Amino acid sequence: MRRIERDYPIASVGGDIGLPADDPECPARGNTERTEFGRVAMGAVLDMLEEAKDLDSPTPRWVQSIGNQRGVGSQPTSTLMHCPDERPSARSPSSCKPDASRRQSKRADQPAPEVCVQRLEGISKLTGRERYVDDLPFDDALWGMTVRTRVPRGRIRQIKFGSAVDWAEFVVVDHRDIPGPNEVFLIERDQPVLAADYTRHMHEPVVLIAHPDREMCRRAVADVQIIVDEEPPALDYRLPAGPEQIQRNNDNLFKVLKIEKGNTERALEQAAHVVEGLYETGAQEHVYIENQGMIAWVEDGVVVTKGSMQCPYYVVNALKHALNRDESQVRVIQTPTGGGFGGKEDYPSNLALHAALLALKANRPVKIIYDRPEDMAATTKRHPAQTRHRTGFDSDGKLVAQHIDVTMDGGAYVTLSPVVLSRGIIHAAGPYACDNVLIDGRAVLTNAVPFGAFRGFGAPQTLFALERHMDVCAAQLGIDPIELRRINLIRDGQTTATGQVINDGTDRTAVLDQAAQAIRFREKQRAHESFNATEPYLRRGVGLACFWHGAGFTGSGEVALKSRLRVQGHADGRVEILSSSTEMGQGTWTVFTQIAAEHLGIAPADIIITTPDTSRVPNSGPTVASRTAMVVGRLVERACDDLRQSLGLDNATRGEAVTAAIRAWHNTNADQSLFGEAQYEKPPGINWDDDTYEGDAYGTYGWATYAAEVEIDLRTYTARVIDFVAVQEIGKVLNNTLARGQIQGGVAQGIGWALLEECKWELGGMKNCQLTNYIIPTSADLPPIRVAFLENAYAHGAQGAKGIGELPMDGPGPAIANAIADAIGVHANIIPLTPERIMGMMDQTHA
Amino acid sequence: MPDSNNINVEFTLNGNPISIDVAPRDRLLDTLRYALDLTGAKEGCGEGECGACTVYLDGVPANSCLIPTYQVSGRAIDTIESIPADALSDMLASGATQCGACTPGVVMTACWLKRHPELLKTHTVRELMAGNLCRCTGYDGIIDGITDGCQSNYDRGNAS
Amino acid sequence: MKVLSPRSLDEACALLARDPAPRPIAGATDILVHWPDNLNAKAETETYLDISALSDLRHITREDDVLTLGALTTYWDVIQSQACRDDFPMLLDAARQVGSVQIQSRGTWAGNIVNASPAADGVPVLMAYDATVVLRSKSGEMEVRLDEFYSGYKQMQRRPDQLITAIRIPRRTYDTQIFEKVGPRRAQAISKVGLAITHSTEGWRVVAAAVAPMILRCKSVEALLESGAPVRSPDDLAQAIDQDVAPIDDIRSTREYRQRVLARLIYHDLKGVLPAFS
Repeated sequence: MRRIERDYPIASVGGDIGLPADDPECPARGNTERTEFGRVAMGAVLDMLEEAKDLDSPTPRWVQSIGNQRGVGSQPTSTLMHCPDERPSARSPSSCKPDASRRQSKRADQPAPEVCVQRLEGISKLTGRERYVDDLPFDDALWGMTVRTRVPRGRIRQIKFGSAVDWAEFVVVDHRDIPGPNEVFLIERDQPVLAADYTRHMHEPVVLIAHPDREMCRRAVADVQIIVDEEPPALDYRLPAGPEQIQRNNDNLFKVLKIEKGNTERALEQAAHVVEGLYETGAQEHVYIENQGMIAWVEDGVVVTKGSMQCPYYVVNALKHALNRDESQVRVIQTPTGGGFGGKEDYPSNLALHAALLALKANRPVKIIYDRPEDMAATTKRHPAQTRHRTGFDSDGKLVAQHIDVTMDGGAYVTLSPVVLSRGIIHAAGPYACDNVLIDGRAVLTNAVPFGAFRGFGAPQTLFALERHMDVCAAQLGIDPIELRRINLIRDGQTTATGQVINDGTDRTAVLDQAAQAIRFREKQRAHESFNATEPYLRRGVGLACFWHGAGFTGSGEVALKSRLRVQGHADGRVEILSSSTEMGQGTWTVFTQIAAEHLGIAPADIIITTPDTSRVPNSGPTVASRTAMVVGRLVERACDDLRQSLGLDNATRGEAVTAAIRAWHNTNADQSLFGEAQYEKPPGINWDDDTYEGDAYGTYGWATYAAEVEIDLRTYTARVIDFVAVQEIGKVLNNTLARGQIQGGVAQGIGWALLEECKWELGGMKNCQLTNYIIPTSADLPPIRVAFLENAYAHGAQGAKGIGELPMDGPGPAIANAIADAIGVHANIIPLTPERIMGMMDQTHA
Repeated sequence: MPDSNNINVEFTLNGNPISIDVAPRDRLLDTLRYALDLTGAKEGCGEGECGACTVYLDGVPANSCLIPTYQVSGRAIDTIESIPADALSDMLASGATQCGACTPGVVMTACWLKRHPELLKTHTVRELMAGNLCRCTGYDGIIDGITDGCQSNYDRGNAS
Repeated sequence: MKVLSPRSLDEACALLARDPAPRPIAGATDILVHWPDNLNAKAETETYLDISALSDLRHITREDDVLTLGALTTYWDVIQSQACRDDFPMLLDAARQVGSVQIQSRGTWAGNIVNASPAADGVPVLMAYDATVVLRSKSGEMEVRLDEFYSGYKQMQRRPDQLITAIRIPRRTYDTQIFEKVGPRRAQAISKVGLAITHSTEGWRVVAAAVAPMILRCKSVEALLESGAPVRSPDDLAQAIDQDVAPIDDIRSTREYRQRVLARLIYHDLKGVLPAFS
């Protein structure tokens, strides 16, 4: 009897099934193993470097790392606790090796941990009590819906309203109802709130409809016909636009940027080796599980919009501009936000404007909730990108020249493309030292739905190209890929492509070595050799990627933002944090609370934080760019200092002395408000020139190496990740559980982008806009993602933190592509590496 | 036999009997959210992919977006609102929730699984949780929260 | 829309005799997908026959020579069934590949048959086990072989007045049972290629999914296997497969991929099983 067993044990054979010992889905491992192996202080890492040099060492000494705060979860009634009270649980082993670790005990010589808090709103979310925008009761609200052009480019000739519904029952809005300029306020103002006479993409909104019954809205939308005189759309960003496709200047370019260091052409001429490569990454849909939604109403002459968003003040600015109102006449309130990843950075401005226009006309609250197909079709995606590398090495494998050419698809409007391009090209040369670097970048107009912010913001695209290219170079040079990276990793005192001197004390080769060691890179290479030689159709490979991610806004961005934050001392002695930084799952509330509690020496329970309401909170800048904990968190600290100063206390005053002083202040200043404030101040020694693209592109960088092991089934050309290790130096880890979750979640998105997630296009619109056909990973598609942090405090981040949110998106793509190339020898230079694409690559390789 | 446009449905909701008039076209998810103000279950996709709308139908997880409300007549429905907070400390500690949108569905499947550790003799946690898409955690926080809770009645280390 | 809720099978059959016949609905996992959006004018006037309360139709019955699944038997019922586990393990394999637990607990095998998707997960294994479909109407009962049930895309033997009441699977000893589902991911996936192979004293059954307008037996491949002709690479299967299937390019995959993967699965899965495969 023969049966093909799938990867799980079948019931009939119960416990007898022999799973391969390292099958990550084996219940004995996959379901139970701790998914992290802790974090290591920088000093400790330096201690272990001697050991780390020999990657083949079978039992590397692993430094015990400090405790995982998860053990304190045994306090079900309270979501707050102080870590110093924590004792290692009985289940915790006292020490462990990297790949067998569970909970780990504290290092005796670690400084006492800071205040550490479990996710503040965690229980509310776990019990389903958290109220998102579509959960809010609004009895007299109308449902709003959108009529779109369905034509990628052309002149709108006529709008036909049919007779399937009684139009007298509906509120209908078009561009003539916009009080101010018909422009969505962003970097440029080229995008109309509602298309008036021209459409530049398939899902351009034209007419808005509101009705008490959602189903009636659906019918009404289907009853409107937009007649368009079609014009030739530009649909492939990789090709130069033909004359009939030109729609902006004479070249359809949104933005052109250049970084220049040394003399790249001459260095390439003189290089011992020159390696070229062309790399491509596809669009990616955010798939936040909560679709976009917004409610708008008018209250005492103030337009209020409330909904799912990352950046309340972006929405304020958009409302002010198009509704022709001053700031006192608009108010924006965030609702708990079910994921953003960049997808709720700029698009909520469009949605808020739509809801507000309907509410103004209806004189009633209007609620627009996109369903999944509309959300996927009409909102932004990650920019597709193509990157060309021409790289020179000397005879020792040292980088002498990097010529990098980056093209990104911007879609139909500028939106955030210039800054996505900017971050993309700044990261394009990677964490390596090279004296001659020339990077050309351009963002191109096409008649696709506009591309926008997505975790990583351009860097994942260029880092995919770079790190895949490094393996291609290693193969051509005949140098081991780890060694090639080690030779070239930037060292303290050396400069980046923009001329920024890196001098942060981080040992980047230690990050590389630890990742290689943790995944047992050499061991696996050897094991794969015999595995691949004997298995009939399974092939395994291992690959890694070294990368960096700048934290905070690019260049002079933080200076321009002038972010502000307030803390308020309440009469009961509690302190409230007033910030426009939003919680969307990444942990803003928890981390801000920790920072304030630690800084003032008071209990986390005495800190208040809630969803931002722009009538109460100052503009702390957008919740993007891995800036919240590091940059805005620092403002929390400084605002707390300012509060103490207002109370006549010095910064050494902590705890009850602070709360007592707050209460006392209120006793003598009844009915008045007590605030501490802070505004962003540029750290000393940071300089950036926007014209020459030279200088300190970011205040600091996170450094990482990710390693992946893949298995490819040659029957089906399907690749899957069977082991994944993520090692990074991110300054100080503020909250281990949250930080680990950020990394694992980002890696999962990266694995999806690398293997599964493919937007299929038709006339610039996404064809597969439903979760059945746009494939994100399920739990069954992922291995446990093993995470390690190296800590090296950043002087200008809150409690030494650097940004962390975007970093994990950069590494999985190239690490996986390198592993696939390792396994089956294909030119895995395009992602996603779907089975169909791998099949084509194998054909090419064997042709 | 109901053969009209409105149907009276009597069923058990979170342990309590309930009677409600629904249209034949009403989905259980909408009835729960918009008629009964039980907004814990979310609509993530409307096609049974994401699992954010998971409820128990007679004790087994099901997508409430794919259940016509009239069909639950005489049956038992349990929603996330029936899960007590103190059952969730493992999941809180393990980082099982981030943005929270998938979480009610995740918790429903997870709690069902915790109550049926015998399922782990034939299935992996990862297979059983595959009906709940999460975009934030990479699932590790969720899996950890479940296996922590299963430890008392299931020997995780020697599972096979 | 209207819903009819019969309390007995006879009543259901009587209602199905109406003109136009109401559309049967049970687990609703296909019909309710994007329900509000799909509820167009036609669906709004349609009448549904809800059989979900006819609990007599939910059973798994093992007799000496046949295993019967009632029309309301769900995937989850089969996953939990010792009888299925013992005799027809591929039913469990296939059931576990259907959507997720949330779908498995609701979706029915009979629904999978009448939904008639070319990419169905339940149909290939049933067909490879020589299952038959019991159809009942006011005028009587008939039994149709599943491998003769479909005649084209969404075309099947069932008349509008007929209801599937049971699926019958002959109990046999199999020396080969192979089930493969190739989806875009490892769970919650719609099949890009499906394959079920059995061998018993009745001969070879090779059933392919998602490679033709309907799920079908690959008779040329079966004949090739019966012949014992040597197969030394997937290419040696290409001609037979070409005669049997007609895959297409669509949103989920390509013609080329489907055709080649089908050949590769058959080849690799039978290599080492059949002396002819080397």
